[in-house]
Amino acid sequence: MINNNPFSELAELTSPLALQSFVIAMIGLVVIGTLLDIIHKKNVKYFFMNAKKAKKSAKIELTASQRTTVILKTVVHDIATTAELGRGKRRVAHVLGMYGTIIFWITTVCMIFLFPSAGAETPSSLTIMWHTGAFITCLGGYWFWFFLRVDVLAEAHPWYRIIKADLFVLALLACSTFGLAWSYTQFSGMTELSYLFLVLYITSNLVLFGGVYWSKFAHMFYKPGAAIQKNLAEADGSRDNLPPLADAPKQFGLGIKREQPKHY
Amino acid sequence: MSTFVYMTRCDGCGHCVDICPSDIMHIDETIRRAVNIEPNFCWECYSCVKACPNHAIDVRGYADFAPMGHSVRVRREEEKGTISWKIKFRNGNEKDFVSPITTKPWGKFIPKLAEEKSPNQGEINSQRLYTEPNGLNIDGDLPTISKDTFKKGVYY
Repeated sequence: MINNNPFSELAELTSPLALQSFVIAMIGLVVIGTLLDIIHKKNVKYFFMNAKKAKKSAKIELTASQRTTVILKTVVHDIATTAELGRGKRRVAHVLGMYGTIIFWITTVCMIFLFPSAGAETPSSLTIMWHTGAFITCLGGYWFWFFLRVDVLAEAHPWYRIIKADLFVLALLACSTFGLAWSYTQFSGMTELSYLFLVLYITSNLVLFGGVYWSKFAHMFYKPGAAIQKNLAEADGSRDNLPPLADAPKQFGLGIKREQPKHY
Repeated sequence: MSTFVYMTRCDGCGHCVDICPSDIMHIDETIRRAVNIEPNFCWECYSCVKACPNHAIDVRGYADFAPMGHSVRVRREEEKGTISWKIKFRNGNEKDFVSPITTKPWGKFIPKLAEEKSPNQGEINSQRLYTEPNGLNIDGDLPTISKDTFKKGVYY
């Protein structure tokens, strides 16, 4: 199964151009959804307003190279490892979901654009990565959904309570799960089931990419920007008006660690 | 003024939901970020402000220590055991404070006062509070400031 390229099999039914057009349409939906979201929430306007205010209260003027260093450090440390989530299960689950999704999406695009026709020999490394990406997304996503979601962990709601904020994670999980199920049923020769999962896979993609305006999909664009701004503010001394790091000569107080939020 | 959350900084971890003594910090159902659902019931105890690992919660301080237009922000450093405060007044003046974290883990270090020895008259008459100076985690005696260094002002 993991050596199977489900898209090349699909090319027997539909033209590769249709598949490629679908991918481009999905990218277009993400762009339109994000732009609408920015216009509606005015969050980018606020972000730049805040950045301008922070620049005014800066203690030191950062040079271009210093700014580049801060940005690169943020990308490597904060963004690539989701440092914002601290050390814990939430971060591991997010990293799994994030890299799983990136691998899944990139390999999907590669398979559709580079090996679109039925006869094309898809390298097994690509198909393995596609399946692995989907699996890792499921691993991180379901772990988050059942156990780590703040509604479950801090608010004590049952895992099956669904709210609007779940649109993104559920659509993402549906994409990966139905993608894997479609590949398996297609490989095993279960034709009817494979069509069913194909329809569900397409639908979940439409919901995921078409629902950007209503879901938290766009956080993957906003969060890196916010992390960069935060670290730049820390470097130039404005620190978002936060106090400087304490210059304590020794362990000053009890310093107890934040406990896992579950005291509801 | 009650607490409010910067949505770009909040990651919806739930620490504020967990710690709020009034149970008014909740998770928003649309964006899964913390939100104060009942600002009128906020005591401004700063528990959530201090607990937030991303400094995403802010509160406007009381007008009796700083006029409007100021900012009061806090940084909690567990590994050092410190809580640092910064007050930035609207004229640009800044004041920084550092205090020890005195919060104790749940259910631990409950003082068994009945088992402690009774204070003698000297201790009762002393200006020191119970467990001072050891309780302040400082070496030696309490720090004092010479009265000569006081700024001249109005004395009653």
